[in-house]
Amino acid sequence: MKIHEYQGKAILAKYGVTVPRGEMVESVEAAKAAAEKLGLPVVVKAQIHAGGRGKGGGVKLARTMDEVDKIASEILGMQLVTHQTGPEGREVKTLLIEEGLKIKQEFYLGIVLDRAISQLVFMASSAGGMDIEEVAANEPEKILKEAIDPAVGLTAFQARKLAFGIGLPNEVINKAVKFMLALYKAFVESDASLAEINPFLLTEDGELYALDAKLNFDDNAMFRHQDYEQLRDLNEEEPLEIEASKFDLNYIKLDGNIACMVNGAGLAMATMDIIKLAGGEPANFLDVGGGASQERVENAFRILLMDPNVKAVLINIFGGIVRTDMVASGVVAAAKNIGIEVPVVVRLEGTNVEQGRKVIEESGLNFTTASGMKDAAEKVVALANA
Amino acid sequence: MSILVDKNTRVVVQGITGKEGTFHTKQMVAYGTNIVAGVTPGKGGTTHEGIPIFNTVEDAVNATGANASVIYVPPPFAADAVMEAAAAGLPLAVCITEGIPALDMVKAFAYLKGRSTRLIGPNCPGIISPGKCKIGIMPGHIHSEGRIGVVSRSGTLTYEAVHQLSLAGYGQSTAIGIGGDPVIGTTHTDALRLFNADPDTDAVIMIGEIGGTAEETAAAYVKEHMQKPVIGFIAGQTAPPGRRMGHAGAIIAGGKGTAAEKMAAMTDAGIHVVNSPADMGAKVAEVLGK
Repeated sequence: MKIHEYQGKAILAKYGVTVPRGEMVESVEAAKAAAEKLGLPVVVKAQIHAGGRGKGGGVKLARTMDEVDKIASEILGMQLVTHQTGPEGREVKTLLIEEGLKIKQEFYLGIVLDRAISQLVFMASSAGGMDIEEVAANEPEKILKEAIDPAVGLTAFQARKLAFGIGLPNEVINKAVKFMLALYKAFVESDASLAEINPFLLTEDGELYALDAKLNFDDNAMFRHQDYEQLRDLNEEEPLEIEASKFDLNYIKLDGNIACMVNGAGLAMATMDIIKLAGGEPANFLDVGGGASQERVENAFRILLMDPNVKAVLINIFGGIVRTDMVASGVVAAAKNIGIEVPVVVRLEGTNVEQGRKVIEESGLNFTTASGMKDAAEKVVALANA
Repeated sequence: MSILVDKNTRVVVQGITGKEGTFHTKQMVAYGTNIVAGVTPGKGGTTHEGIPIFNTVEDAVNATGANASVIYVPPPFAADAVMEAAAAGLPLAVCITEGIPALDMVKAFAYLKGRSTRLIGPNCPGIISPGKCKIGIMPGHIHSEGRIGVVSRSGTLTYEAVHQLSLAGYGQSTAIGIGGDPVIGTTHTDALRLFNADPDTDAVIMIGEIGGTAEETAAAYVKEHMQKPVIGFIAGQTAPPGRRMGHAGAIIAGGKGTAAEKMAAMTDAGIHVVNSPADMGAKVAEVLGK
């Protein structure tokens, strides 16, 4: 789960991570009032989930109240395009107004799960304010890493090592250690999946701040953090994905015109792949889950068909413990309830597959049955292009 | 032969009285798996589906000589169940549970270090040595006894591979689903090492997916040590970056973990990589037919 910068900073601040003073606003008037309170200059920051906001023109310094007015008016309501939003961009509905700080130097801090060692890794770099992926690719020696023992957590000596390593001056080392330990505590206690402070700022008067903060949460840990549900911003999510999430369906919208409904995440990805190999473009990723019950199939159908680009549907179900003929009956009943106008190709495999195919063929529905994934993909691509 | 599980495997089911645990215990018994005990705290001393229940894994092991555990415990308690299995000294623990918080598994993983327990999963279909022992949730009857090993992160894609093998006339020595989470106990490399040492496995199908670098590590192992042909497929060639494709671990993050990178590393290691998931079985036949 992703949240906005202002929300992430509020959580970090609770754990003692120093952040600039700031206020979230939704109107130009409120922006000016916030600037009044904070004192000029202020930084006006667009709040969208995508990165690269600065380059896209979504983060600007305002030195006068006229500039606050002008910049806030420009940014609020704009379609902000960054390398992460896609060409259509994202509408800016909220701003973070923050005190302007005197920048001496910018650094980078981050915490991620390193899958190769199954441990959290604390990263620090002197290359702050830049795209850290580029730094990792071009100057990997500039990123220092400390693997964290989960039994003891990040230790002070590890934090010191990182702080000295990135070249922070002696007089702020203790502050930096405190900052890093607070960041680690916030990460663990909020069940984050990613934390990035970029830039991690050293000001001219020797203070350290999280000038920007990115905090993502582990979806699997949401049962421990029911209060985070209110941090969710539905404006940032694809409407069909919101609908799918209500039914616990794993749906991701893509740009193609062939919808697919598959049981199992791996098989769902493989089905997208084979559609592409057959010359088509998948309209979505959808895992209906192991059971593929009538109710789930029906909800899945409804969501798939809400996408106006869909020209054909491919159903690929490997009936395991659940018998294929039962899955087929569910698919037929669901299709009849919904009323489907686009062509549907069904590939069923597993227990009782013959009976399953018979259920489809005798349903009176205009479904095409396929044997094997290749056959299914070729048939659905042909129908989508017809 | 086979790897990790066979006729001598004696299984304790953690979370046996839950809906999933009950259903799959019956399925495993029907397949012929030797289920010797169940664990549900507070129900010790009773029986469930004719199987004796214990309050702790340790009690179950002491009373029944169980040497493997399968975990159907709900996500908030599953990492604890993994550690309990390890504390009881079980050589094998198979965790089926999907949706365990990553940081819980980071702790459990650290706890397993230095202990003798091999963990399979979590978020996996389990492990089966056809005709001998099935631990997990996979449909037993689609498998057949044979000499091909299968290792995969995904459940239904494993079934697909097994099905294609059957069509091509090949049975399986053992099929393992290692799980789709970022933190897992047994990796592709671990499974390949075991298959490499198994005299009754002739070739291995290795199915990976986007995210992480486990497939690249496995490719490096194959290049150095593998003495048997490996047939490979990577799911998610068309997946967009930054989106979690169902599995918590299936995400292209920071430009890393793409299918293209993995396929290149595997091809370079001499793995027979197929572009299409429909070609896994046929490729085995082609490679072994030579």
